[in-house]
Amino acid sequence: MTNSIHDLGGMHGFGPVEIEPDEPRFHADWEKRVVAMMRGMGATGLWTLDGFRASMENLPPVTYLSVSYFERWCRGLERQVVAHGLVGEDELTAGRALRPGIRLNRKLTLDDVNKGGMATFERRAPAPARFKAGDSVRTRNINPATHTRLPRYARGKFGTIEAVRGCHVFPDSAALGAGDNPQWLYAVVFAGRELWGEEADPSIKVSIEAFEPYLTAA
Amino acid sequence: MPADDHTHDHGSELSEMQLRVHALETILTEKGYVDPAALDQIVENVETKIGPHIGARIIARAWVDPEFKQRLLADATKAVNSTAGLDPVSNHLIAVENTPQTHNVVVCTLCSCYPWAVLGLPPVWYKSAPYRSRAVIDPKGVLAEFGVSLPSGTAIRIWDSTAETRFLVVPMRPAGAEGWSEEALATLVTRDSMVGTGLPKSPEKPEAAR
Repeated sequence: MTNSIHDLGGMHGFGPVEIEPDEPRFHADWEKRVVAMMRGMGATGLWTLDGFRASMENLPPVTYLSVSYFERWCRGLERQVVAHGLVGEDELTAGRALRPGIRLNRKLTLDDVNKGGMATFERRAPAPARFKAGDSVRTRNINPATHTRLPRYARGKFGTIEAVRGCHVFPDSAALGAGDNPQWLYAVVFAGRELWGEEADPSIKVSIEAFEPYLTAA
Repeated sequence: MPADDHTHDHGSELSEMQLRVHALETILTEKGYVDPAALDQIVENVETKIGPHIGARIIARAWVDPEFKQRLLADATKAVNSTAGLDPVSNHLIAVENTPQTHNVVVCTLCSCYPWAVLGLPPVWYKSAPYRSRAVIDPKGVLAEFGVSLPSGTAIRIWDSTAETRFLVVPMRPAGAEGWSEEALATLVTRDSMVGTGLPKSPEKPEAAR
């Protein structure tokens, strides 16, 4: 969902940033296994990164805010494996497999891990870029009920294209399993006052990485 | 207490999560979806290979080599991957330079996107609701909580990581480290200085800064 609790930019009330001196990489061993399972199951290709983000964004708001980051990952992963028919709710309850697994097209091997490398999201451009650095744009005021990467605080705002990033997988489509639908990506910079009003600090600028469908010429 | 934070004193909550995660891993393994050896190696890599020392080497190189710095700011992924002695990165990495005029800060308001390849795992505060909500609207207040105060007149630029591009702040080289080797300079580069919530350590008292 788009206007859900994950879209935190500009909200008040969460208090000061709590900084932990000499913070360890992990706070519990289970967090390590969650990271590993995320990568392992992500490699099956059954869902996209944005499909996974959407599954966490769809958590009930109270749950989203009250559990830790890696617990959100765990819950998101549970939702994904059930939604894709890989695991039954009854198996999650039982804590063990009750039926054989279904056949996967791809499974992450030790060799894959040792070879390293990360996914790239750049794609061949189906059309020339509509904007160039220096162009004035206005972000669209969109409120789709599905996943988007245009934050609420930056909708309907005037900004300037600062850089053209290339053509990338469009999260709004990929999250729905509707394919890459590649779109041009831009760095769009806004004056703090455009985002937060006349009383905002004039020395602040904020940029987002905005896909072309989020933008209109201004 | 921020709602997004991880609480350390809830023993029962921790063991509940241990059980929950163990159950999920058991099911995925029994059904043949994951290879335990591959998962173990992922954990090993995250624990021993990636971390802010990778980014620190990049920054130190940029401080001593103006030609590399120019290439880094033009295309960070390409610059890093074509330079001997640096760990390769395959993200769409973008380096942004602090100057006397402008200080850069990186955030991900929508989730917690972070340049794992060069900084390792993000700290809990980076993933927390207070940081994600306030970095874009009250960056000076946030920086103050990190003990960072900038000279008046410094503009602040926030980079919200809303796509698969990842940002690495190139902090200014501290005064007093003239003639230092690249290796010695790397010890002054902190994780937070590469996110924009900190400054490099001072050469006179390297242990004092975070």
